[in-house]
Amino acid sequence: MASTIRVRATSNGDITEVQALIQHPMDSGFVKDAQGAVIPAHFIQELTFEYDGKAVFVADWGPAVSRDPYVKFSFKGAKKGDDLKISWVDNKGATDATVAKIQ
Amino acid sequence: MITDNGFPATRRLLLQGAGLVALFGLGHVAFSAAPAFAAANDKYPEDAFKQKSDADAIKALYGRTAEASDKVKLDAPEIAENGAVVPISVATTLDNVTSISFFVSANPNALAATYKIPAGTMPSVANRIKMQQTSNVIAIVEAGGKLFSATKEVKVTVGGCGG
Repeated sequence: MASTIRVRATSNGDITEVQALIQHPMDSGFVKDAQGAVIPAHFIQELTFEYDGKAVFVADWGPAVSRDPYVKFSFKGAKKGDDLKISWVDNKGATDATVAKIQ
Repeated sequence: MITDNGFPATRRLLLQGAGLVALFGLGHVAFSAAPAFAAANDKYPEDAFKQKSDADAIKALYGRTAEASDKVKLDAPEIAENGAVVPISVATTLDNVTSISFFVSANPNALAATYKIPAGTMPSVANRIKMQQTSNVIAIVEAGGKLFSATKEVKVTVGGCGG
């Protein structure tokens, strides 16, 4: 199955800029469906970016993060061709992970 | 990949266990003599995400209060036409930043997202969050063990939490 995670990591030699877009409903638990039943909360709780075995960025999210979440950050120390590992876990225990090449 | 139901009870137990550990972790922070920071822990800050008001959420997450700082640059729209997707970003010129968090005062639970910033990572984050209604958005930067904040009101035309 295709990954839920799309990542673009680009290095300018010194700083690597990372943009990630993840497919996830991020249901808040406050929204009702067409029949008036509450859609249970279902959201990513933790999103981790690892480089060289170390976390370079960790997001702890609540249900107020938008559907199909987007995040952007940048870090030092990586170079073109290196691997960046991305993984998430949601409040139901589902997970996904991918590895992106830094460009 | 993502299933909607049928999770075994053990998993729920595990999650509850994680929540308890988070609570104990926070208690430890509150009572320890040396300053330790909840947001620097590896645990998911379950308790902070459950708080309703921004003040309670900040207290649960960091155990202290923030001071406003013009070194925290919060970028948010004046008017958000769609409260379900409000692009918010923050950057700072402060040194030794260890975490950045976003709070929406008028949301059912104020804490929206918190980011750990290890050494070597830039103190700058962009993301997209939901806003139920017009509200103050607060960005908090934890730097050198202190909290610095920036606040901006975002007017919401169509809320992003209700049905």
